[in-house]
Amino acid sequence: MVKNIIDWIDARIPMTATYNRHVGKYATPTNFNFWYFFGSLAMLVLVNQLLTGIWLTMNYVPTAEGAFASIEYIMRDVEYGWLLRYMHSTGASAFFVVIYLHMFRGLIYGSYQKPRELLWLFGMLIFLVLMAEAFMGYLLPWGQMSYWGAQVIISLFGAIPVIGDDLTLWIRGDFVVSGATLNRFFALHVIALPLVLVVLVFLHLIALHEVGSNNPDGIEIKQNKDENGWPKDGIPFHPYYTVKDIMGVAGFLIVFCYVLFFMPEGGGYFLEKPNFEAANPMKTPEHIAPVWYFTPFYAILRAIPDKLLGVVGMGLAIAVLFVLPWLDRCKVKSIRYRSMIHKLNISQFAVSFVVLGYLGAVPATPALTIAARIFTLTYFGFFVALWVYSKNEKTKPVPERLTH
Amino acid sequence: MSNAPVDTGRRRFLTAATAVVGGAGAVAVAVPFIKSWNPSAKAKAAGAPVEVNISKLEPGQLIRVEWRGKPVWVVRRTDEIINGLAKLDNQLRDPASNEEQQPDYAQNAVRSIKPEYFIAVGLCTHLGCSPTYLPDTFGEQVEGVASGFFCPCHGSKFDMAGRVFQGVPAPLNLVVPPHQYIDDGNVIIGVDQGAA
Amino acid sequence: MKKLLIALVTLVPSLAFAAGGSNVPLESANIDLRDTESLQRGLDKFQQYCAGCHSQQYQRYNRVAEDLDISIEDMRNNYMFDETAKVGDLMENAIPDADAAKWFGAAPPDLTLVARVRGEDWIYTYLKSFYRDDSRPFGVNNTVFPSVGMPHVMEELQGLPEPVVESHDGMTKVTGVKPGTAGSLSAEEYDQVVRDITGYLVYSGDPVKLERESLGWWVMGFLFIFFIVAYLLKKEYWRDVH
Repeated sequence: MVKNIIDWIDARIPMTATYNRHVGKYATPTNFNFWYFFGSLAMLVLVNQLLTGIWLTMNYVPTAEGAFASIEYIMRDVEYGWLLRYMHSTGASAFFVVIYLHMFRGLIYGSYQKPRELLWLFGMLIFLVLMAEAFMGYLLPWGQMSYWGAQVIISLFGAIPVIGDDLTLWIRGDFVVSGATLNRFFALHVIALPLVLVVLVFLHLIALHEVGSNNPDGIEIKQNKDENGWPKDGIPFHPYYTVKDIMGVAGFLIVFCYVLFFMPEGGGYFLEKPNFEAANPMKTPEHIAPVWYFTPFYAILRAIPDKLLGVVGMGLAIAVLFVLPWLDRCKVKSIRYRSMIHKLNISQFAVSFVVLGYLGAVPATPALTIAARIFTLTYFGFFVALWVYSKNEKTKPVPERLTH
Repeated sequence: MSNAPVDTGRRRFLTAATAVVGGAGAVAVAVPFIKSWNPSAKAKAAGAPVEVNISKLEPGQLIRVEWRGKPVWVVRRTDEIINGLAKLDNQLRDPASNEEQQPDYAQNAVRSIKPEYFIAVGLCTHLGCSPTYLPDTFGEQVEGVASGFFCPCHGSKFDMAGRVFQGVPAPLNLVVPPHQYIDDGNVIIGVDQGAA
Repeated sequence: MKKLLIALVTLVPSLAFAAGGSNVPLESANIDLRDTESLQRGLDKFQQYCAGCHSQQYQRYNRVAEDLDISIEDMRNNYMFDETAKVGDLMENAIPDADAAKWFGAAPPDLTLVARVRGEDWIYTYLKSFYRDDSRPFGVNNTVFPSVGMPHVMEELQGLPEPVVESHDGMTKVTGVKPGTAGSLSAEEYDQVVRDITGYLVYSGDPVKLERESLGWWVMGFLFIFFIVAYLLKKEYWRDVH
């Protein structure tokens, strides 16, 4: 009976073939480690955001007059509304935690290198859209931080020569951030960007399954196949990685739910304190900081003592990641078999990123500004150095088969 | 791949266990999504009982009050109307109000606590339109009956006790909401008679 | 309207300063959300001393009654000043914003969420830190909220403390308060009143906290079981590979 139905469908669309290609008979390297959980976790968080987001729109009021009160309405008057809202707000931060770790994995194992350049580019586009999505979503509660954060970030576009002022006016649709801005951000946040995001995720997965997954050894399992054409170091994704990812999901949910139920404000980083006060265009909170996931880039912006160059620097900090596949000229992918200088370089990059994240979250003092400048240099220094040394890098011999 | 023998029983058991625990979790996750569709505290507050002053109502007059967002009618019936109700019984679907469309205390010939005042939810039992009150011209719909309610959507007809006529789409009599009289001039809609 | 705008604009610098400009160490409020009686007293004092000017427009009377174990009748008779209000209504109040702005220079903020903006220790310390300052319109100032725009409403309970002034390099600074005139309560009694009010405000800011945490433990328990089962399943299948 079931088989008949499957045959009937398969005669019309390639259901079984698609399943086998992407899950059932997708050859996956045997040696995925901790870092390989974050891809599937990103999917989980995306689904969480989509579902809770749809449910939140059912009670949210996208007007300057009603937005703030409607959030409290959701938190208090709607049955389990608080849970849906915290799932969404905690999910936003979790999304970036997962994505940053996922990107770091790509960085250390060279997953951006040939033949995975396009895969990396789709990933970077996802990251870019995600930042826009998060930024627009943060305006919607219409709290003090929502309002002034949006005011500041939109004003960044004013740094662009000639068209800057007109551009900011056009983005806001008003002389300051107002209900008009809120409405368009709402439309983009709940419809346009999620659509783009889902399409990009689809392309990301297609690109991944076309070239195959990289692994901690950075070698291509497809180059070593048995007589049936199955990679000797490959195992089918299902059941091995489905069961492993389910375990990863359970582990992730323990952390996620702990935050969700016991510290939904995330220590003032996931939900910032001033955002519990309704937006007041007459009064700026004394300390404005973006949400934590933007702070590394915000620190770079603040470190550069020129409005235009600051914006350029911030943009460049993201843009440079796009060309990473072409900056790294080394043929060896994994950090395991690369030079000491590369290991040090990646380590200092990770430190720079985290320190910049911290510096972007605290008020600027002269000393901290100098620190931010130094770490801005080391952030960009990573890419410059990589380009220089990777051409003739002293690497270790790469094994034929996967190690464990 | 190692060639160690596979313990199928254990594997099947653990798969089932994970599926059951995971399934239970999925069901639990669905709960807040489903429950969030229930009326919110705001809706419940808006649906609180409403007090209506009926002392100024003229004979034959109908007033509408909002209760739980629905139109509730209060009509003051004349003696003529009240006396005429019984004559219609053979033209109605449920003349004795056997269906539970009214509280027990309104399950009588006039479908009300006091014969003079008829209180009903003004929504047609067919598909929820609000029927029109025809105090003088109902005779065009049912010959020989001066007043009644006529639904403009699909032509259902009700008499002055909200009882549905035969041969129209509406299956049931109009709903009589819970209500109680505080005194001669005031009635609360939304609280049963005898309730606190 | 114009006046209101001017009042608001002139107030901006002082408010901005007030909110962040204080370095007075905060005292620990030590509140206990499970102490329902304390929350009830807090509601009582809040309605008596604060609700005249400050609304709590995001919460409803009946919800507070239910959460704080107060009967609806008590709520209606003792705490609902608006005769036309229904128990399911939001706890809006009081004086129109425009009038309030005229009297105080700015409309008194809504206090439903104040504990989430300021923190419980801030509220606790703030309510204890009014002191005599004849240069201010209401004759009082506050160490954690310099140039505060409201009177010391609980002066009858606490009395009016005097400032503790310290001089540094010719600059004088108020660093704390010391007892001044006596009020109807002892210092300990007043602390308890302030703690009750603070607790009530913490409840208002996050009314679902206790329910959330107790649900959280069930969820954590479930997830641990799920993790163990998933781990065993993974281990079983991966015996093929290792």
